[in-house]
Amino acid sequence: MTNNLVLSETDAKNGKKELVNRVSVKYLSAYFGENQVLKTVSMDIYDKKVLAIIGPSGCGKSTFIRCLNRMHEEVGGEYTGEIRLDDVDIKKYNSVVLRRKIGMVFQKPNPFPTMSVLDNVVAGLKLNGFKNKTKLKEIAESCLTKVALWDEVKDSLNKPGTSLSGGQQQRLCIARTIAVEPEVILMDEPASALDPKSTAKIEELIYELKKNYTIIIVTHNMQQATRVSDFTAFFYLGKLIENGKTKRLFTKPKEKQTEDYIAGRFG
Amino acid sequence: MKINNKQGWRKRKSNIAVFLAVLSAVLVLIPLFLILFYTVQKGISSINWDFFTQMPKPVGETGGGMANALVGSGILILIGSVMGIPVGVMSGIYLSEQNKGIMPHAIRFLVEVLNGVPSIVIGIIAYITFVIPMKSFSALSGGFALGVIMIPLITRTTEEMVRLVPSTVREASLGLGIPKWKTTLFVILPAAMKGLFTGIILSIARAAGETAPLLFTALGNRFWSTNLNEPISSITVFIYDYAKAPFDDWNRQAWAASLVLIVLVTTLNIIFRFVSRKRK
Amino acid sequence: MIKLFSKKKETKTEKNFYSKTLVISERHLGDYIFQNITRLFAFFVFGLIVLIFLEMFIESLPSINKFGLSFITSSHWDPVKDKYGALPFIFGTLYSSLLALIIALPLSIGVAVFLTEVAPDWLEQPISLLVELLAAIPSIVYGLFGIFVLAPFLRIVVEPFLKTHFGFLPFFKGDMFGFGMLAAALILSIMIIPIITSISRDVMKAIPDSLREGAYALGATKWETIKIVLISARSGILGATLLGFGRAIGETMAVTMVIGNKPEISFSLFDAGHTMASVLANEFTEAASDLYISSLIEIGLLLFVITIVINSIARVVVNRVTKKYGKIN
Repeated sequence: MTNNLVLSETDAKNGKKELVNRVSVKYLSAYFGENQVLKTVSMDIYDKKVLAIIGPSGCGKSTFIRCLNRMHEEVGGEYTGEIRLDDVDIKKYNSVVLRRKIGMVFQKPNPFPTMSVLDNVVAGLKLNGFKNKTKLKEIAESCLTKVALWDEVKDSLNKPGTSLSGGQQQRLCIARTIAVEPEVILMDEPASALDPKSTAKIEELIYELKKNYTIIIVTHNMQQATRVSDFTAFFYLGKLIENGKTKRLFTKPKEKQTEDYIAGRFG
Repeated sequence: MKINNKQGWRKRKSNIAVFLAVLSAVLVLIPLFLILFYTVQKGISSINWDFFTQMPKPVGETGGGMANALVGSGILILIGSVMGIPVGVMSGIYLSEQNKGIMPHAIRFLVEVLNGVPSIVIGIIAYITFVIPMKSFSALSGGFALGVIMIPLITRTTEEMVRLVPSTVREASLGLGIPKWKTTLFVILPAAMKGLFTGIILSIARAAGETAPLLFTALGNRFWSTNLNEPISSITVFIYDYAKAPFDDWNRQAWAASLVLIVLVTTLNIIFRFVSRKRK
Repeated sequence: MIKLFSKKKETKTEKNFYSKTLVISERHLGDYIFQNITRLFAFFVFGLIVLIFLEMFIESLPSINKFGLSFITSSHWDPVKDKYGALPFIFGTLYSSLLALIIALPLSIGVAVFLTEVAPDWLEQPISLLVELLAAIPSIVYGLFGIFVLAPFLRIVVEPFLKTHFGFLPFFKGDMFGFGMLAAALILSIMIIPIITSISRDVMKAIPDSLREGAYALGATKWETIKIVLISARSGILGATLLGFGRAIGETMAVTMVIGNKPEISFSLFDAGHTMASVLANEFTEAASDLYISSLIEIGLLLFVITIVINSIARVVVNRVTKKYGKIN
């Protein structure tokens, strides 16, 4: 579904195609019981671009992305409004199918404790009935290579997933996520629990991954947002304050609150 | 000086209290050591290879062993496990996942109630349910009684251990598009397995030491039997029969069998503690 | 069912936008089946308790119909004449358990105090372990110990001593065989000490140290501080006691092996007695007539009901303490 939206000048110059709308969010309000966590958020998310979501703690960033893959409901939340993936309301999807299309990487690396590295990577496939062992191994190798982990673990594929270092575990989780061939990848502060070196590796990875996947990354690190993302959305107290091209938002923010946050005046 | 006396009296009272506390601890542990001491002392002399491999000898003849009792207990515990473990684990999963409405709380309460029912009453139930219709005592009825006794502990442990699995594991699995039930069965349950195992070990230890529910279900059998529809021997009933008997030789064998039982139960408890610690 | 509802709602238009959607996790078929399988097993437990009560009730009907209330008030237990009154057993159960409690309670509290307030850390763990070991010993082994070690000891040493010095009391009259109420009460007390101790210990441990520190700061001695802790923990200790009492009531093997198994009512500790549990263990396999079995089962029913009531009250008390201080076993 194409949507002739805002073109960047560079894109126009390079004759690139228009931005393709992948996920559209309209008037999204999210609740935990009586507590309203998101207030009528509306935005579009474009194919094969990286969207960074920034804002101070508690502004609803994590809740927002969890609405996208319906994890919000798993913990007892509710929402009103409409979220569409490729112009189909996500509620029409079976939640299991939806989550294969929209994958998620969490803040703290969480490889399955009882599974080996290999089994972790293909868990999403294996547990859904995929049996062919050779094909599984191929997929594992390909995914581990994509996350630049293959060389480091190719000799310890049978070791427990939890035996890797923090940075490696997170890359393992990313490999696990892309093994089910999602179209969109949600990342909830994926590098915040990692050391700077591993963080850099993850950021490199995101840059590579965006060639093939649409990525939404929640981050509290503004420098990270500027480094990896094409678009940035600024949330504050559950409201979407500003949304636009990263470069523009950080250099010429339209809203005062955005400017204050970027300047470090709060949060 | 009056004040000093009062202080002195208070201090003395306190010292007496502390002394009494220590004394209690000593007094309470004395029976423990006495029981262990006597069991070893009176039983060890009859422990030999024959004791484990031979069948009981007819009345009047000395010697013989408890081979059929060992096998019998094994079979009874096996039947009990076949019944108790699935029911316990599934109920535990139910309790860990469901929180809506009154049913989960009612069932949790009833599981505790079941835990407190005297084992002899469970024996009566097994009697009514199996022995009466079958018109005979049987290993099946005894195993059933043991199974019922095992359920509450396994249920409670399963619920605890499943709840202990970090929610991040669950999130990761659901996030991958793995259905809820597969997440529970193939991701969370394996993660809780060590804990589950300890619960099962403990309940086997408890079942192994039960006598009352077997008295009129499995009854006891002086002969070799592995037929589930017939009475079967067991370590505990063996001890009971041989302890009551007026023969010295039999009494000695009762002590020996007691020693075997204590070693068995203690070993299971040690395994339990070892596995629990490893988990940490 | 709910999916159908929400489908209907979606065909309506904008109105739906702003109404809170009924989003309960969608029924994936596998989830539905699994959930109901676990529910089935859990309800099996529910059904088991109901079954226990119903089966025993039905089987006791002949006895209930024949003897009615006199079953509880009559002490005439005569298998030969097929006449049954269960009073001796009810008395025996309550008397032996009460005696056990009187002996066990001070000791259990003493040990709990020792473990939480007196013992240094390195000593607490092993001693706790040993006390728990007491709980792991099977009842039959206690019985064996009772028959061959305790009873002779009572007969030869303790009972004569008691008779000589306290024989004027009604508790120490009659012939001394070693077997009887005293032996039963002693064995029972050893068996219930671990449970009273461990729960009391957990309750006392859960009481915040600030209470103790406050007491010391005011110049209280150790004993005075301990008193304060005990008073704070009193409902938990009550719960522990009830649980111990419930355990004593249901205890079978150890009791039947030392109590003498005579359906008599006597306050003397030297005399033989019988409890509800021990008569079941003793006479069930020998019950010849249907009425006999029915009466025995009625005793089982009484035992069942009494234990449930006591254990339920105990659990409620302990749960209330748990809510106050955090998790206790």
